[in-house]
Amino acid sequence: MLFQPINRNYHDFSIVRDKDLCINCKVCVRQCSYEAHYWDETRQKVMHDNAKCVGCHRCEALCPTAALLIQKKRSDFKDNALWRPEFIKYIYKQADTGGVLLTGMGSPVNIPIYWDKLLLDASQVTNPSIDPLREPMELKTFLGSKPDKLEFSKTKDGSPKLKTKLAPQIELNYPLMFSAMSFGSINFNLHIAMARAATELGICYNTGEGGLHKSLYQYGKNTIVQVASGRFGVHRDFLNAGAGIEIKVGQGAKPGIGGHLPGEKINAMVSETRMVPLGSDAISPAPHHDIYSIEDLHQLIFALKEASEYRVPVSVKIAAVHNVAAIASGIVRAGADIVAIDGVRGGTGAAPGMIRDNVGIPIELALAQVDQRLRDEGIRNRASVIAAGGMRCSADVVKAIALGADACYIATSALLAVGCTLCAKCYTGKCPWGIATNDARLAKRQNPEVAAKKMVNLVHAWGHEIEEMLGGMGLNSIESLRGNRDKLRAVGLSDTEMDILGVKHAGR
Amino acid sequence: MTYVIIGNGVASIGAIEGIRRHDPKGQIVIIGAEDAAAYGRPLISYLLAGKIGPERLALRGDDYYVKNGVELKLGTTATNIDTVKKTVTTDKGETVKYDRLLIATGGIPFVPPIPGVQGPDIYSFTTLAHANTLIELSSKIKRAIVIGGGLIGLKAAESLHDRGVGVTILELAPRILSGGFDEKAGKLAANRLKNVGIEVNCGVTAKEIQRTKEGRVKGVLLTDGRFLECDVVVVAIGVVPHSALAKEAGIKVERGIMVDGKLMTNAKDVYAAGDVAQAMDQLSGEHRVVPIWPNAYNQGYASGRNMAGAKLPYLGGLPMNSISFYGLPTISVGTVNPPDGDKNYEVHALLDEEKETYRKLVFRDGKLVGYVLVGDIDKGGMYTAFIKFEMPLAGEAKDKLINAGPEVFLWPAELFDETWNPEPAKAAR
Amino acid sequence: MKRVYPDKDFCIGCHICELACLTAHSQSKDLILAYTVERGQSGASSCKHVHEAGPTCVALSCRHCDEPSCVAACISGALQKDPETGRTVYNRDKCVGCWSCLMACPYGAIARHPLEAKIVKCDLCFDRPGGPACVAACPNKALKQEER
Repeated sequence: MLFQPINRNYHDFSIVRDKDLCINCKVCVRQCSYEAHYWDETRQKVMHDNAKCVGCHRCEALCPTAALLIQKKRSDFKDNALWRPEFIKYIYKQADTGGVLLTGMGSPVNIPIYWDKLLLDASQVTNPSIDPLREPMELKTFLGSKPDKLEFSKTKDGSPKLKTKLAPQIELNYPLMFSAMSFGSINFNLHIAMARAATELGICYNTGEGGLHKSLYQYGKNTIVQVASGRFGVHRDFLNAGAGIEIKVGQGAKPGIGGHLPGEKINAMVSETRMVPLGSDAISPAPHHDIYSIEDLHQLIFALKEASEYRVPVSVKIAAVHNVAAIASGIVRAGADIVAIDGVRGGTGAAPGMIRDNVGIPIELALAQVDQRLRDEGIRNRASVIAAGGMRCSADVVKAIALGADACYIATSALLAVGCTLCAKCYTGKCPWGIATNDARLAKRQNPEVAAKKMVNLVHAWGHEIEEMLGGMGLNSIESLRGNRDKLRAVGLSDTEMDILGVKHAGR
Repeated sequence: MTYVIIGNGVASIGAIEGIRRHDPKGQIVIIGAEDAAAYGRPLISYLLAGKIGPERLALRGDDYYVKNGVELKLGTTATNIDTVKKTVTTDKGETVKYDRLLIATGGIPFVPPIPGVQGPDIYSFTTLAHANTLIELSSKIKRAIVIGGGLIGLKAAESLHDRGVGVTILELAPRILSGGFDEKAGKLAANRLKNVGIEVNCGVTAKEIQRTKEGRVKGVLLTDGRFLECDVVVVAIGVVPHSALAKEAGIKVERGIMVDGKLMTNAKDVYAAGDVAQAMDQLSGEHRVVPIWPNAYNQGYASGRNMAGAKLPYLGGLPMNSISFYGLPTISVGTVNPPDGDKNYEVHALLDEEKETYRKLVFRDGKLVGYVLVGDIDKGGMYTAFIKFEMPLAGEAKDKLINAGPEVFLWPAELFDETWNPEPAKAAR
Repeated sequence: MKRVYPDKDFCIGCHICELACLTAHSQSKDLILAYTVERGQSGASSCKHVHEAGPTCVALSCRHCDEPSCVAACISGALQKDPETGRTVYNRDKCVGCWSCLMACPYGAIARHPLEAKIVKCDLCFDRPGGPACVAACPNKALKQEER
């Protein structure tokens, strides 16, 4: 291309415009935030620059005559199992820029997906299945520390009364919560939507590390406030605003490093809520600078509990890494009420691609190991375990619970529900779906009323499917599914993998 | 409750619609001197020009009066109002009792005392009858002189020209349309007329109308000494309020019938509206006769509502005119010729003679009070909003209006929300 | 009476409402023909107009005011209020193209027809099954038809 760096020609997508259908109405020109479509004054028609297309499909979705098609660019490199095209293009880009390659959303690379290798049981003959439309099905679950044993006393009329004092719990109508996506990485309108959706559904959403805007305090009962290493937006009112406090130690998409919000995505409201200056990158430090050992974590957990007067559970979120089981055990012993584990496929608004695609382990393996280890040590009841990192459907959620999770965090799914097409350009702040941006022109594209409805619809749908799967297995509550490895069978996995997952092979 | 309305023009239509918003049952009686259902008076120039036929004149449908429970007494002139007995006497010998009376008798053409003006071949141009007369004459005459270069005169001239009559306009002021236009806008309009062959003479008027021995008009001697031949003279200098009836009844009349904020005269239960009334003028804050079509309807409507019991103040009208001259559209609203040298006014004007476009904006005390548009009239209403709602325009907002045109985002935020996206009514939840 | 209310906070300036309005008022009722053929040939137009200033935008059309300035200004009776439906109704045949309504309407709701001496004004899609086309087409629910 003329006047462009030569590697621009190796772009990923082509815009295909059907000449019979295109009426040059310019909707695509107005909608594309990457300016891939433009009005050509001389030719008096809409033209496009394929090199600018990021494959977000916004134009295709809104074209009133369905004239557009976004396709992978046809020109192919010579087949090479080692030097796949993306590696070739990474090098071109780095040779030009000398910079770290940033990316967004969860890792797309070919790390094994264990959900696809696990199959669920169903009841037949000896163990009848349950019809969820006719019999009660309990999807409710409680997150928090459960006591070792329950002690009862008798009341005057002889009925039992609970003597044991219970630790604070978060009550969820579904074993699902909206995962941490900071305000700044995503549109404030979506925080409003998640808050409303969570309230309507009776579940929770997580503020992420961007703080909590005052106008959302009203949804506090359905909010988990996050304290991350940058301590963005953390002050006393913030800590007291939610139904739970989460210390973010790590994130599945980028274990070992902190959050990253590029300066272009920081506007006045983000700046105020996060308590950071306008325009400069908000990068969270890799560790919490007051947590250098498990004892430090123990201290922080209890400092937060004291500050919130033990009213709410304190959660610790970690990335799934090699010794995740030992780390989780330490966290539980340090007093955490909830441990959230975020697997390698977790999403992000901005992360170096090398780290996102190469650091961390799959949630399936991590979850199974953490659950097993805590059981082995006899402390499984002391904390709820939440699984996060690329759960795509209700079947993934059911399998996660069977592997040991109390509940699942979903984030990418929630964003897909409101229109995301996984083009992974979140870090640019130009998201044309209005999701990963707070730009005045683009943020309007997410109407909280519409978005909340979609999120509610999603959870309702999954909830119903979970009920069907549970019923099919002859179970009528989440509690009976949790950690019930026997309901799973593996296909095509090695002995080691099955051993780690604690799951037998199908047929056995 | 009986409502009697003297006059069957647009103010009366407004009154019917205003009354019926509040009182679906009360009896309405209309006494109209002309023998026709209420018609669009400005349409007579279209009729004379041959652009429309008589079937398009009526303002409302055939069943309008019946549907609205209105009794029509057409071709009937009211001769006397007794404000004590609350009756109206007509030339048909009837005495009509009223609970509420509206005087909407409109205006009558002003004929100046030019020597020779009495006698045949002198016509006005304000009624359907005038138009029909001129239509009949137009095939028989060759030349007409129109005295008056205002809106009525120009329309008369255009219409006669379209019927094949040679026309000359005489206007005393240095330019035509001296009321609603300024020099530049007036010139653009005059050029259009000249291009089609209508002669326009400014700074001159008729000194004497000269007649033949038989008493027929043969021509006009101008104040500049020239003599122009013609077969007829159309006098189109203006209208004056037709207020004789009110005066005789002892109702207070200045230039027009004086009315208060609810359009009531000083006689109890007697109201006035339209070209005959002297009502609040928004921009001057004074009571003035502003014989403009929308004002007549609005005053009629407001008086109707007040007569029917709704106590609604009439906040005042605006002078406004929309006229096209042989394809050149023009709009003029509000104060467009501020007094020379008055520092309270600020004027911004942009003329493009080649494109035949002109825009003039007049500001006073940080608000838009008037505008003229020639050619490019599409944003007219949006400018009107700033005048009508008296929106403050300071600094950046004013610059944007001047440079980029009127935009709804220049409105004060509260007014915008109230107008376009008011809070849904809070239903019991 | 149910009117169409625009929300400037969620208008994304896509102009799809204008395209839908154009289609609904065209002869062919086909967007491609309406946009590429009818606009030029017969001056088919949208009654809905998107106003933009920087990142802010909103789609406006006739408010069907209770006390319309246009009805007061109309010299031919082409614009009238229908007391039953509450709509401000335009009778094309009666209109003489004087533009008085355009001048009087402070909401910019009236536009000149591109080819004829007639006006273009929203009719609330009174004869369209499913109601106003603009409301149905808005991808972001920025237009609502409600009683307020």
